[in-house]
Amino acid sequence: MNQFQYVRPTKQKAAIDALAKDANAQFIAGGTNLLDLMKRGVIASQKLIDINRLPLTKIESQNGSLRIGALALNGPVAEDRLVLERQPLLAQALSAGASAQLRNMATVGGNMLQRTRCPYFYDTAMPCNKREPGTGCGALEGINRMHAIFGFSDKCIAVHPSDMSVALVALDATVLVSGPKGDRRIPFNDFHRLPGDTPQKDTNLEQGELITAVEIPDAPFTKHVSYYKVRERASYAFALVSAAAALELDGTTIKSARLAMGGVAHKPWRLTAAEQVLVGKPATEETFRQAAEVAMQGAKAFKHNAYKLKLGPNTIIQALKTAAAA
Amino acid sequence: MADDNPEINLSEAGGSHNEARRTFLKQSSLLTAMTFAPGPIVQAAAAQFDEKVAAAFEKVPLKLEVNGVKHKLSVEPRTTLLDLLREQLHLTGTKKGCDYGQCGACTVHVDGNRINSCLTLAVMQEGRKITTIEGLANGDNLHPMQEAFLKHDGFQCGYCTPGQIMSAVACIREGHANSEGEIREFMSGNICRCGAYSNIVAAIQEVKNGGQKV
Repeated sequence: MNQFQYVRPTKQKAAIDALAKDANAQFIAGGTNLLDLMKRGVIASQKLIDINRLPLTKIESQNGSLRIGALALNGPVAEDRLVLERQPLLAQALSAGASAQLRNMATVGGNMLQRTRCPYFYDTAMPCNKREPGTGCGALEGINRMHAIFGFSDKCIAVHPSDMSVALVALDATVLVSGPKGDRRIPFNDFHRLPGDTPQKDTNLEQGELITAVEIPDAPFTKHVSYYKVRERASYAFALVSAAAALELDGTTIKSARLAMGGVAHKPWRLTAAEQVLVGKPATEETFRQAAEVAMQGAKAFKHNAYKLKLGPNTIIQALKTAAAA
Repeated sequence: MADDNPEINLSEAGGSHNEARRTFLKQSSLLTAMTFAPGPIVQAAAAQFDEKVAAAFEKVPLKLEVNGVKHKLSVEPRTTLLDLLREQLHLTGTKKGCDYGQCGACTVHVDGNRINSCLTLAVMQEGRKITTIEGLANGDNLHPMQEAFLKHDGFQCGYCTPGQIMSAVACIREGHANSEGEIREFMSGNICRCGAYSNIVAAIQEVKNGGQKV
């Protein structure tokens, strides 16, 4: 790991100021991804601003929403009474990620800022436009079995690895940030970016901005939910494909629905057109199949990931079936 | 309670002669390094400049408790908790397997919660209480989980064992050892290349079902 300066502010403003005035500085919270990347030489921050002592860990019920502090830890959030009661889909997604040890370290804010696990991004001997803009995309013509089928560009075909973010985009969450220019709220679907010509930018955060919390609006998705994750071993692996499904049922009729996929794009992939297909229809496998078909429109595979064109709809159908039966 | 919430800001040292001198050294050696390696990525400078850069990133004071013993230390910010335990405190029971948070051999408890000590900086643990495998036994009396691993052959080569045992104790304390499936899920962060998994699960089940205090 490269050497760096270390500061540990206890006030939010001091943390933001420290980052705003130093382009080579970075916040560190759980550190589970940042230190991994620094050890491999993928990232070489000159200064780490340890934000773990900022008072941003609370989980609280607000008027019409649940507010989760950016420094709340993934494991405790997944088992929090309020979260289990009101946003069980989020609890499921968090529990499906990483290991018990990592969930005790990783924060909610850090989880959404995870970098891709694309092997070309991680290997500094390989070209990668995300790590080093202009060097090319190694995965485009390389080993691309883990890669995107939606929303990619010829500059980058990496996928976002977070499970939590798939649930949050489905639940219409909002990211609260604070920066040198004040506070702002970012709808979760606008938080992550598609790669386009600037794959080095994963999110729409601006220099100096700190994630302070995430807010999830109350919704009738407290029972019929499922985060269905398909991976290469039973636990502790990134998703090949995952699906977050939430249904509001009136008897057997779907009153409203939320659907999103993970492991398929540079950002958590919300499926609003497929949601529309579900509304007003009976909660049957046939309905789910129709929604999955709509969800997969526009998908395109590369040399090694054509399996996702089949695994994708099957995962959606399975998530919806599991949600309906819950 | 200042000690519970210490604020460190080395970049804004000022006041005494020593601090002024340090600040000057920091700046001048950084400038030297940057002259030879322009651009934002100073760390890419060749190895010959490492010593000069090192002067700019001096050690940070650190107080923490390990296995009930209080330590007052001075560490480089880039030292991981794992390296601090092994290299500075010579507690080599905690193992370095992958060093990337993938194997769990480095599992320790921080304020009672299990974490991967390879993926956290020692300086981030200021004021925390760390428990390693060395802190589990009560003198010559092994912890019930250590006894159970012996009884059930919960290991072959033994390299992953300290991490497995630390994780297993946490697994029961968290209330995640209620079935074989739950144990396997909540022990998935600890890899065993020898494949002693079924015996590890048996050891955990015995301790859980024995109702002993862990």
